[in-house]
Amino acid sequence: MKNENIIQYIYGIADNALILGQRLSELCGHGPNLETDIALTNISLDLFGQIRSYFQYAAKLSGDKKTEDDLAFLRIEREYKNVLLVEQPNRHFGYVLTRQFFYDVFHLLLLQELQKSTDETLTAIAKKGIKEVSYHQRFSSDWIKRLGDGTEESHHKVQEAVDDLWKFTDELFHMTEDDRVAVESGIGVDVSKLKERYYKRVGEVLEEATLTIPETKWFQKGGKQGIHSEHMGYLLADLQYMQRTYPNMEW
Amino acid sequence: MTIELEQHINPKLISILEKISDPEIPVLSIMDMGVVRYAQIVDDVAQIKITPTYSGCPAMDVIGDDIIAAFKDKDIKAEVDLILSPAWTTDWITPRGRKALEEYGIAAPLDEEADKEALLGNKKIVKCPQCGSIHTKMVSQFGSTACKALFQCEDCLEPFDYFKCLK
Repeated sequence: MKNENIIQYIYGIADNALILGQRLSELCGHGPNLETDIALTNISLDLFGQIRSYFQYAAKLSGDKKTEDDLAFLRIEREYKNVLLVEQPNRHFGYVLTRQFFYDVFHLLLLQELQKSTDETLTAIAKKGIKEVSYHQRFSSDWIKRLGDGTEESHHKVQEAVDDLWKFTDELFHMTEDDRVAVESGIGVDVSKLKERYYKRVGEVLEEATLTIPETKWFQKGGKQGIHSEHMGYLLADLQYMQRTYPNMEW
Repeated sequence: MTIELEQHINPKLISILEKISDPEIPVLSIMDMGVVRYAQIVDDVAQIKITPTYSGCPAMDVIGDDIIAAFKDKDIKAEVDLILSPAWTTDWITPRGRKALEEYGIAAPLDEEADKEALLGNKKIVKCPQCGSIHTKMVSQFGSTACKALFQCEDCLEPFDYFKCLK
């Protein structure tokens, strides 16, 4: 497998964590209370930690003096391969947690498969990440149950979020050309095979939360091809501001 | 784990490494934390490999710099590498490290099963590091750093950090 293919494959995984981490970081200091504020930013920190490992590896593979910062901050919108789900805005706490829950369930399944990769670095990142993401999933699942089976207001709000975000879940299982190449060479995960387990797990939690699984059969897609929703440009403006304004700055 | 550590860590370097602490938990040396995975002198350069507790642990950069500075004080050039595999686990915290945590006011990690029960709020088993009571409750699964959860003692009412089990 060519390095360029591996790099593209890494974007397909890491961009989700990058964009979701960025969304969560917007809540720093704005969480509904101190504990959830800290929890969400802790999850964000875990995700940023993971992407640093992915992008350091991708930068090394690219071999042309690029750094992790170049990859994270200096691509144009169409070059980001994250799914539409993770770029959706922080409408309210229930919405944030539903988005998180929908991603966490997928993320854990993905890493559990990625740890079997023939690529040693990806295996190591996955094994490390599993420990963290198990915790994320526990946190978001608990909140879905608490909000869904909570007051009339919280139930209503989280059901609304489930109904709205459901259309973005199917894209998680779409195989891109880069995915296919990566699967064939043994380094990648066939995400289409995670679908059944995903909806089973999600269904169990929603049921326990007394929430209704949407019946919609229409799903939105595009993120994996770099065709993003209207929210993405604003998110990138925030994400990239420092590197664009002060090129090559380091934290 | 001890056997593996002895193989990879040159005993002569331990005295230097032991003086470096985790910047977020100053009572805990990086040796007691179990983050140093390899330390050998190769061609007059100290080659040190450390592994992060959590992927995004911001302490790792500081620890790396501290290691280089500590060796420089001894006129030894050091190079620090970050390794991810095998992934860090709380089992690598030494008994001395666990004791230091408790004395500092952080409850040391329980084993995996007990940890799950504690964090799900099923059982009251996390001991308050202040008064020793087990009448404690979880306030938040996430605490002041990624590796800790926030608890409160229902007897002495003091809030405290619990170091989460990571396996």
